[in-house]
Amino acid sequence: MIPVAFDYEVAESVDHAIELLGQYGDESKLLAGGHSLIPIMRLRLAAPAVLIDLGKLENLRYVRDGGDHLKIGAMTRHRDLAFNEMVAQHCGIVGYTAGLLGDPSVQHRGTIGGTLSHGDASGDMPSVITALEGSIVVQGPNGERVVKAADFFQDYLVTDLGEQEVVTEVRVPKLNGNTGWSYKKFSRRSQDWAMVGVAAVVERSNGSIGSARIALTAMGATPLRATSVEQALSGAPRDAVAEAAQSADEGTSPASDSAASAEFRRHLARVWTKRAVEEALSR
Amino acid sequence: MTQAPERYMGGGLPRKEDPNLVTGRANWTDNIKLPGMLHLAMLRSPFARAKITKLDVSGALERPGVVGAFTGAELADQWPGGVPCGAVVSDQQNSPFFSPIVTDEVRHVGDVLAVVVASDRYTAQDALESIVVDYEPLPPVVNMEAALAEGAPLVHEEFGTNECFKYTAGVEGIDDLFDAPDDTQLEGGGVRGPNVGGQGDTGEAMRRADVVIKERYIQQRVLPTAIEPRAVVASPEPGHQGIVMYSSTQVPHLLKIVLSLSTGIPENEIRVVAPDVGGGFGSKLNLYREEIIAVVLAKKLGTPVKYVEDRSENYQATIHGRGQIQDIELAANSDGKILGLRVKLLDDMGAYLQLLTPAIAVSGAALFPGVYNFENFAIEIKGVFTNLTPTDAYRGAGRPEACFAIERAMDSLARELNMDPAEVRRRNFFEPFDEPTANPAGLQYDSFNLQAVLDRAIELADYESLRAEQQRRRESGDPVQLGIGFSTYTEICGLGPSQALAGLGLGGGGWEAANVRMLVTGKVEVATGTSPHGQGHETSWSQIAADVLGVTPDDVDVIHGDTDAVPFGRDTYGSRSLAVGGIAVYHAANKVVEKGKKIAAHMLEASEEDIEFEGGRFSVAGSPDQNVTIQDVAGAAYLAADLPEGMEPVLNESMIYDPPNFTFPFGAHICVSEVDTETGKVKLRDYIAVDDCGPVINPTIVDGQLHGGLAQGIAQALYEGVIYDEEGNLVTASMVDYMIPGAPELPNFTLDRTVTPSPSNPLGVKGVGEAGTIGAPPAVINSIVDALSPLGIKHIDMPASPMRVWKAIQNAQGKQSGDRQIDASLEASGADIKQGR
Repeated sequence: MIPVAFDYEVAESVDHAIELLGQYGDESKLLAGGHSLIPIMRLRLAAPAVLIDLGKLENLRYVRDGGDHLKIGAMTRHRDLAFNEMVAQHCGIVGYTAGLLGDPSVQHRGTIGGTLSHGDASGDMPSVITALEGSIVVQGPNGERVVKAADFFQDYLVTDLGEQEVVTEVRVPKLNGNTGWSYKKFSRRSQDWAMVGVAAVVERSNGSIGSARIALTAMGATPLRATSVEQALSGAPRDAVAEAAQSADEGTSPASDSAASAEFRRHLARVWTKRAVEEALSR
Repeated sequence: MTQAPERYMGGGLPRKEDPNLVTGRANWTDNIKLPGMLHLAMLRSPFARAKITKLDVSGALERPGVVGAFTGAELADQWPGGVPCGAVVSDQQNSPFFSPIVTDEVRHVGDVLAVVVASDRYTAQDALESIVVDYEPLPPVVNMEAALAEGAPLVHEEFGTNECFKYTAGVEGIDDLFDAPDDTQLEGGGVRGPNVGGQGDTGEAMRRADVVIKERYIQQRVLPTAIEPRAVVASPEPGHQGIVMYSSTQVPHLLKIVLSLSTGIPENEIRVVAPDVGGGFGSKLNLYREEIIAVVLAKKLGTPVKYVEDRSENYQATIHGRGQIQDIELAANSDGKILGLRVKLLDDMGAYLQLLTPAIAVSGAALFPGVYNFENFAIEIKGVFTNLTPTDAYRGAGRPEACFAIERAMDSLARELNMDPAEVRRRNFFEPFDEPTANPAGLQYDSFNLQAVLDRAIELADYESLRAEQQRRRESGDPVQLGIGFSTYTEICGLGPSQALAGLGLGGGGWEAANVRMLVTGKVEVATGTSPHGQGHETSWSQIAADVLGVTPDDVDVIHGDTDAVPFGRDTYGSRSLAVGGIAVYHAANKVVEKGKKIAAHMLEASEEDIEFEGGRFSVAGSPDQNVTIQDVAGAAYLAADLPEGMEPVLNESMIYDPPNFTFPFGAHICVSEVDTETGKVKLRDYIAVDDCGPVINPTIVDGQLHGGLAQGIAQALYEGVIYDEEGNLVTASMVDYMIPGAPELPNFTLDRTVTPSPSNPLGVKGVGEAGTIGAPPAVINSIVDALSPLGIKHIDMPASPMRVWKAIQNAQGKQSGDRQIDASLEASGADIKQGR
């Protein structure tokens, strides 16, 4: 738990951060809360020569109304989201999930940009943004681009973020009154990573299900959409949920570890998908 | 005339310790910074078993800031005694030499093979990477049954076996004992010591019984996880030829002795200081190799040396707790009356013997009969070496293991006989008593009223309503089933009567010392040989002294944890402090009052027999206006200008108290759990604990002990469990993988108490530090099995993780439909252990 020596730089602006990334290259890592990065440095599993701290970029700490969507600054803390009224009103799943991450100290330090950039498939927020079909704004030496969540998460701890790019904003849709949501996190302790998580965003239509978007946490190298469940639920009656959920683990490749076997994770994904969709329908 | 002070014992006085602790003003060992202090880092083995074929530390020496790098060979003459083991439980015990730094072979992951001393901890840690080591990996033994198998690799080749010791008690009828063929080799007799024995003829009991419950329980290894890891600063004291060792320890006095035995430094040249200590739970009841290394290098380099372990090292190198395989047979008649019990234990030593390693299971042996009165009892314990971290005392140390076995078996018996689990317990309880009464192992229980605690717990739980709800959920097929689990326990506290401790293989010396002195201003200093590390002795000892002396707790300062500042004592562990150390304070304070009476009589020109003492005031019987305060007397005693002829000045009295018997708290716990049969997740809805630890000095502290103990007991049942892989790597190596639960995982506790004083000491107190870890694990598991019993599930191993519960459900349902069994081996904790017989 004693990290290797490293240098420390403070980014004064996004442009400065991009410049520092250019200067230090792959020897450097961005620090945006640090509750994933610092522990792995302490275990000497990561040993960046330079940390570039984004912690001073208060201008990236905001929630704004973007018309049909919300704009969330990348350095917005989980705790900010958990208690933000605009988020609660228009996209409650984001605030709710932010309040489930780690413990209060993690929530006070950790940022939405940090957790998405880290790209851990056991992280809760990547699945939620995936189910919402949100997008991620990244800035690099050549300017800004907007990446769909589905394209952002590429592999285990690998994202679309280029070497000299910084996540600056996350965009999520405003959910209308006919759309319910649920994030079901299965973990042994409240502060743990999800053993399995299910994010469900379900649109109701004339007493049945209009459409459902479901993303799974910790069921593969990236957040995964439960597409066959989504298809089965499209236009289906409410009592179709239990059966549709039986295919929740189709196309997934969960790991086996000391917390859960792959078989158990598949089972949990089915049970939790059923419960998540039912909860979304009732919310 | 001032108001007579109130009585403080029994009141929930806020802890004197807390303001400093909660405002960051505690003095932890890691806060100690001495001029010229250097820092140690340990090179630890990544292999569970390997020969060291090359070891070259020269690379480390070239790094800036590095002062020294050392191998075991270089320092071997500095620790002739090695890391000492103080427990001998068998004449044939195999006790290996435990070198602080190994020289030839590593025997567990985390074993130390070289050290670096540098200007700071970071430099020292980095320099470890410049040490060149060649290992020749060897196959390790990572579970006890494999370790005892023919041809198993040997942890210590010199013994020709992995068996450390065999201990037997009450072996009559042993020919019938268990089915395994090697049982016939048990030697006869073998009842050791005055307090552990067996009796009767268990073989005959088994033959005569209507029902025999045969079960195997696993006590998985658990990690003590004190919030403050181990820390030590060794300092060659200027102007002192010896050494001062500041250590985050429970046992400064014991360290003074065993450090001397290890290093040959004369005991009188060693001073040990325990600054504020952030928890121990038994894990700091040891002289560790790192402490010996720090002391040796501080002397060698002539400058202070600090070592603070990180959490990874805490999990690899601080002792582990538990680690038993328990085979038990419980014989009973169809009316539920127990006829006999026999127990066969394998106890995991790990790779070396720490201070008390072999004694842990043995010290719990006599508690397997629990709170039940029957005749025939026998036990056999084998200590087994494995290539894993050494085990030793962890909160309860032998008693939680014993309690779990008997309390699980009682539930199985109830189920087999279709009786209520409360009823089967009642039928076997001792009748209430208040004079020592022998248990089936010969232990002299001090006082019980088991019926009262069980009745109260049942009342608080609203037991009948719970059973009705359970029935409703069963009938409606609710995916969430309700379970109700009982545990009625006793334990052994107040360690202890010196003679009896010797009988347990612990050498003896169970007394405790206290010194109570009144200063010229009327204030009080209490110096105690106990060494609190979270227990609140500063508060409780103040309450005791205040009541005896008629002062307030704020008038009292409690001094502890420095072998140069307090009378030689026996430290803090095993819920001994109040029933031994607190009583020493009580007696010493009474001696102060007795001496004060003589001086008061002299001052009041009355006869000593006529002096009464109450509320801090000495007065003449029948003439209450003729009086002096104890502060007046203390001042007079200090100035000594006019004392009775021949009297020593100063009110300053000491007591070394050796208790006549252990104490035996008891209680009844009820756990109410909701088991989600679709996910295997267990939620504790309620937990009722009715405990009897005798009269309570400070109810806030007792509640705190129960909350913490219950949390750790529930943790063993549901969350915690060391997992090693087949190569002996620690899989649960961090707090991410090792499941310490937090407040969100725990229910609100419903606590209540009854009061049955111990006849063993004048305050009647018993001790409560480990009640929670002892009572909780079987209550929790019994509740889960109770919830799932309609499926035919009879047992679930600890920790009852969601996957394990789910698999049990799958297997039970598979059995019914003839499907294949699901492999449950992936999650085996502690070792790859086969379930069932």
